[in-house]
Amino acid sequence: MKRALFLGCTVPVRARNYEMAARQTAALLGIEFIDIPGFTCCGFPVKSNAYTFSQMMSLRNLALAEEKDLEIVVLCSACTSMLAEANHKFRKSAQYRDHVNALLRKINRSYSGTVRIKHFSRMLLEDVGIDTLRKHITFDLGNISLMPHYGCHYLKPSEIHGEFDSPEDPKTLDMLIEVTGAKTVDMMGRKHCCGGALLASDNRLTYRLAAEKLHMASTSNADALCLVCPFCGVVYDDNQKLIENELEQIYQIPVLYYPQILGLAFGLDPKHLGFKLNKVKTKTFLSKLYGDMADE
Amino acid sequence: MNSKDIIDLDRSNLSFAVEVSTEPGGENIFRCFACGTCTAGCPIARTDSRFQPSAIIRMVILGLREQVLWHDAIWLCAGCYTCQERCPQGVNIADLMMALRNIATREGYAPEPYHVQLNLLLEKGCLYEIDDFDNKKRVKADLPEIHIDARELRILQEKLLEELD
Ligand code: SF4
Ligand code: SF4
Repeated sequence: MKRALFLGCTVPVRARNYEMAARQTAALLGIEFIDIPGFTCCGFPVKSNAYTFSQMMSLRNLALAEEKDLEIVVLCSACTSMLAEANHKFRKSAQYRDHVNALLRKINRSYSGTVRIKHFSRMLLEDVGIDTLRKHITFDLGNISLMPHYGCHYLKPSEIHGEFDSPEDPKTLDMLIEVTGAKTVDMMGRKHCCGGALLASDNRLTYRLAAEKLHMASTSNADALCLVCPFCGVVYDDNQKLIENELEQIYQIPVLYYPQILGLAFGLDPKHLGFKLNKVKTKTFLSKLYGDMADE
Repeated sequence: MNSKDIIDLDRSNLSFAVEVSTEPGGENIFRCFACGTCTAGCPIARTDSRFQPSAIIRMVILGLREQVLWHDAIWLCAGCYTCQERCPQGVNIADLMMALRNIATREGYAPEPYHVQLNLLLEKGCLYEIDDFDNKKRVKADLPEIHIDARELRILQEKLLEELD
């Protein structure tokens, strides 16, 4: 199975642990990721101030994948919904398609709308399947509990994600966690917004929003938060210390990307899954699985 | 209530809602029947009293163009789509906030970080530049190097701006 891997802006610089774990687990499952050199940002960051341009950025990326006849797999939830939304709009209107292609011609490209876009987690569920995942599990995570964090764009707007998961009562991340043997902590706030979109313009608002979730997680019996989006990671992991300072609280809750969990269950070495790059230390978490490790 | 808080309808511009309805994302604004479902579930409205999506929609329909476009409120939406999923009238509220921001940008009211981001994308093709140092870190983590070229993006933006003229 071949897929174009779309990294976006955040993953390659600020969530290399997510990328490492995604590449490692995919390789073990026999998925070949193709890196397309021409990919840029999906356009999401400028949807508010340069809407038409932001759509063109997405569609140009899709054109590149179409040239190679590849489906796109995405690690970032915001990129997933941005690319899927641009694709959805493109397919809906012939007049818009003509306009887009007139512009793409200026850079010697064209797009006909054939590319399919999936979040990495969705690919695991739909193209690999839970049964195949189960066959690769060699290490039982039964003594850890995780709080799933779905975030927003993994599920919404549901119109563009089609028949995947319920935005009001989502299950897919719970399913993916449970196949590893780990327990899920079921509580309010699993669909909370991390507030990441406001981090550049009003970071204190982001902090107040994110604190709700961190508080829930740290007062539950969860050993870590489990994420599927690098921007949620920037908020909950990279900014956790700042949020603690701002709100005069202590959370110290590890923030893990789902493929890091899956990788552990596949028996991969935490070193190859980027655990050292996690900002909130994962030592206590890992020692729960492996006992005390001398070199961590 | 203080009299200065009362909306002055003499300053209303009733064509504003029509203008919004022709902007991508704003198409369904007239469907709103003011039920308040969007505000009830909005994580930002819960956290910051400056923001209520249903109030903004009402202000647009009442034609309070300046108050909407100049005020911080439209920039506080986190784009989480909770409201959009739940609106009984299919108003597409998150997209509508995006439409208002684009109009405000054309009038010169976009907050500085948004300009910075656009310039970065046109210059580098991504928000966080990946320099040699980053690529070294990537190679060390057994990840491929990344070199992004924004030339095609600049051409697209230039053509879009020409179309506007
Ligand atoms: S939920 Fe929809 S109909 Fe109700 S107030 Fe909000 S936009 Fe209007
Ligand atoms: S999309 Fe914006 S207005 Fe709607 S619920 Fe989320 S933050 Fe509130």
